[in-house]
Amino acid sequence: MLAELNELLGAAPERPDAGKFTLLRDTQTDGSFLVHHFLSFYLRAGCKVCFVALLQSFSHYNIVAQKLGVNLAAAKEQGQLVFLEGLQSCLDLLFGEEEQPGQPNPLQFLSGSSPDLRALFDFVRVSLSAAGSWKGPVLLVDDLSVLLSLGAAPVAVLDFIHYCRVCVCCQLKGNIVVLVHSNEDSEDEENELVVNSLCHHSDLILWAEGLATGFCKDVHGQIKIIKRLSLRRAAEQDVVQIYQYKIQDRNVSFFARGLSAAVL
Amino acid sequence: MAAAGGARGRTSFQRRPGAGPRPPALPGTRPALRRGQLLLSSGLPSLDCVLGGGVAVGTLLLIEEDKYGLYSNLLFKYFLAEGIVCGHELFVASAKEHPDNILKELPAPLLDDSHGKELGNEAAAVKSEDLQDSMKIAWRYQNLPKMEVSPTMHTKFGHYYDISKKMSPELCQSVKFHSFYLHEELPFEPKMKTWNMNSGYARLLQSIQRIISQEGFDGSDPQQKQRNVLRIGIQSLGSILWGDDVCCSDTPEDPQSLTKFLYVLRGLLRKSLSACIITMPAHLIQNKAIMERVTNLSDMVVGLESFIGSERETNPLYKDYHGLVHVHQIPRLNSLICDVSDTKDLAFRLKRKQFTIERLHLPPDLSDTVSRASKQDLAGSAKLLSSGCGAMAIGKKHLDF
Repeated sequence: MLAELNELLGAAPERPDAGKFTLLRDTQTDGSFLVHHFLSFYLRAGCKVCFVALLQSFSHYNIVAQKLGVNLAAAKEQGQLVFLEGLQSCLDLLFGEEEQPGQPNPLQFLSGSSPDLRALFDFVRVSLSAAGSWKGPVLLVDDLSVLLSLGAAPVAVLDFIHYCRVCVCCQLKGNIVVLVHSNEDSEDEENELVVNSLCHHSDLILWAEGLATGFCKDVHGQIKIIKRLSLRRAAEQDVVQIYQYKIQDRNVSFFARGLSAAVL
Repeated sequence: MAAAGGARGRTSFQRRPGAGPRPPALPGTRPALRRGQLLLSSGLPSLDCVLGGGVAVGTLLLIEEDKYGLYSNLLFKYFLAEGIVCGHELFVASAKEHPDNILKELPAPLLDDSHGKELGNEAAAVKSEDLQDSMKIAWRYQNLPKMEVSPTMHTKFGHYYDISKKMSPELCQSVKFHSFYLHEELPFEPKMKTWNMNSGYARLLQSIQRIISQEGFDGSDPQQKQRNVLRIGIQSLGSILWGDDVCCSDTPEDPQSLTKFLYVLRGLLRKSLSACIITMPAHLIQNKAIMERVTNLSDMVVGLESFIGSERETNPLYKDYHGLVHVHQIPRLNSLICDVSDTKDLAFRLKRKQFTIERLHLPPDLSDTVSRASKQDLAGSAKLLSSGCGAMAIGKKHLDF
């Protein structure tokens, strides 16, 4: 959990939000530190987390989470964390035995039998419905752009997110955090379609961008925090805050633009 | 690290006490303790520096080929040659030339280490202060290291190779070698599940998975005492010879085959003690969206841009070099930060015996009149080069000279 980011967002693990859709977006830089932050934040807050990790292995998140003060293996054993390792599911699907009828593989769309992400949604729904003694459920996806690379149509991805929102945010009063990659002059139209659509439906957008002037040792990038107040109440305007950040081994420090520690 | 964890009092990380006998270290590897990774050398010590120490086990190094594929082929051969010298197993896949021919063309290592010793002596001499060549004018630069190589060159982690000589057949035969030549493989067996992927790629994945599980690289055989690393090399993936038309047309038939292949390959690599190098003719891929997705699905992406045939070949600014190196992506695995060198302007040069990647040094501008054209060209290339965290300068308005 990154303490400075909590201050900027006005969030605290003692009172996590309910029913919010947070979009993490990165452009020309690596925004995965935001995923690590939210993972450790919600585990600290005592929420039940379903983590759909499509891009990296469990040990990667585990090692970083230990630096941020959370033990993923223990959380998994206690049932607080349901971890879907996309890479392992994919290998099971392609190289494994015939699946049992009761437990369909969440990544079934890879073998082309069904073009939609229904199996993935069923997995999410089943794992978050049984909340147990934990506080509100949370769905964390890292990252959504990979689904497009694996052959899912953009409409299927948007449908999946819509179904998840209805189930997790509205019915179960939980939160969703999704990471996508985007690029302003990208030629990947399908990806831009998904990202734009998600931007319109999110309550909070954290947009990590690389600096426009290139690489800098002391400032690794710039983060835009957009609180979409106009989504709920029509008369309000979105609040946009811009900060710059530097990533260290166990922490990320945020500061106002132009006021990095190297300059002061 | 255990002490720091205890002081914070929050993490429940417990370091296992070193009670039992430690497993023997894998040959040719070096641990990166801060990230909990095991690093292999890519065969080129200067490339190891650029990549932050080496190629981590379980990761994929993607080389975007230069226009004629000459230099990327060299990097490919260096990687395989390093595997032979370290005693790793090799798996070479190609649709262009037979892997046995690739094996015959590997560069010979400078094993008597005379070259390595020379460099070691030089660095030692520089470190041992003044006396030898004390500089009179530029005395502030006295203590800077002469070459930009990592201090690990004194250990047996990276080796130097002589491109003008071929590796001896005895040395080549000393390691286990698996090959995959697409045109000799059996056609795709229909009883396999429908994979929805280009058949060439599917066969290659099955072959890799079979080798990994049979030879026990995924740790499935606990009886196996001596573990080893598998180095996988795939040549010119995505070219038309693999049966994929990504490189020929703007709207390929099956644009997701390549990305699905990379995803499944990543799954296989993460589960086993292996590392993979892939060369890809990225300059031929018309659909840039596919290249973006490919970059996202690879761990390290290094692009080579050679000066052959371009106007930069005769440009006096680049007279010492044969091309530029663009590092498009370095992963942040097991950590929030990544260990990369700060130099982002890299160029390569091919000397008679060696290939090196160095920081791009521009020669001093000694002309009487400052030429406008060269300055513009420089500003243009400087903007393109300084793309460290992947951020490129948007618009020329930020850098006005």
